Amino acid sequence: MLENSIGPVPLQAYLMVAAFLFCTGVWGLINSRNAVRVLMSIELMLNAVNINLMSFSSYIDGSIIRGQVFSIFVITVAAAEAAVGLAILLSLYRNRVTIDMESFNLLKW
Amino acid sequence: MNIAYSTELICFLILSAVIISGSLAVVLLENIVYSAFLLGGVFMAVAGLYLLLNASFVAAAQILVYVGAVNVLILFAIMLVNKKEKLKPIEGLRTRKLISGGVCGGLLILLLRVSIITQWNLPGPSSIGEEATERIGEHLFTDYLLPFELASILLLMAMIGAIVLARRDVSIPRDDINNNNNKKSLSDKKIPLLSENSLK
Repeated sequence: MLENSIGPVPLQAYLMVAAFLFCTGVWGLINSRNAVRVLMSIELMLNAVNINLMSFSSYIDGSIIRGQVFSIFVITVAAAEAAVGLAILLSLYRNRVTIDMESFNLLKW
Repeated sequence: MNIAYSTELICFLILSAVIISGSLAVVLLENIVYSAFLLGGVFMAVAGLYLLLNASFVAAAQILVYVGAVNVLILFAIMLVNKKEKLKPIEGLRTRKLISGGVCGGLLILLLRVSIITQWNLPGPSSIGEEATERIGEHLFTDYLLPFELASILLLMAMIGAIVLARRDVSIPRDDINNNNNKKSLSDKKIPLLSENSLK
């Protein structure tokens, strides 16, 4: 399983790092009370997905590298998401004068 | 094991240790400014992993976009909303954290199990190494042309949307509009972009 890889680092090691990063991001997304930290956790999760795409592209799809093109698109979408998310956060802060996630419960019934 | 192998292994171990500890610190630290700077460190370590995977172009894009743009944007947002506020305690916070920790740990175990047990199709075709940048360019202008153009439209929309959402409302003082004497000269009057009312 682990021994049929090319380099010294097996594919599974990259996948494990990415899995850990993703789970940390999910935990932070659920538990953060600061809205900026929620956005940071989303960036962590996007990076974990990017690591997965890049390692598959290098180990399994080494000559066509579709994974690298995909991760460039993911980086683009992440940049757009960060810009719009922080703008929404700023206008929320201007209206409610807090960034506590527990106080953004306007749609809760 | 020759020296190239051991160097690559050591680099991978250091980078993954930085990623794991940095991401934990981003989520767990109390001070959000520390978290933001550590997030930049995590992004740079991820770029180092891309370099280990023979992808120098994506590593450069990662540094430029994530460290140069997203992280700076997050720091700006922190400094714009930087108010020490007393978070009011909610009951059951500890159990909530424990339950979500259990769920995330289960997800982690599941992902690790899948990545170890699955028979990956290894070894694949040999890596093209430094030709990757040319190949990405070919992809972007042939078979991924439509997503590429859509990405440019998406970036434009995100930029305009962020400006519209985040700017302050520019308001003209009411007595300036109602006053008849001013009516003619209102167009000549210079209205500052950030008037005194909107700053309050």
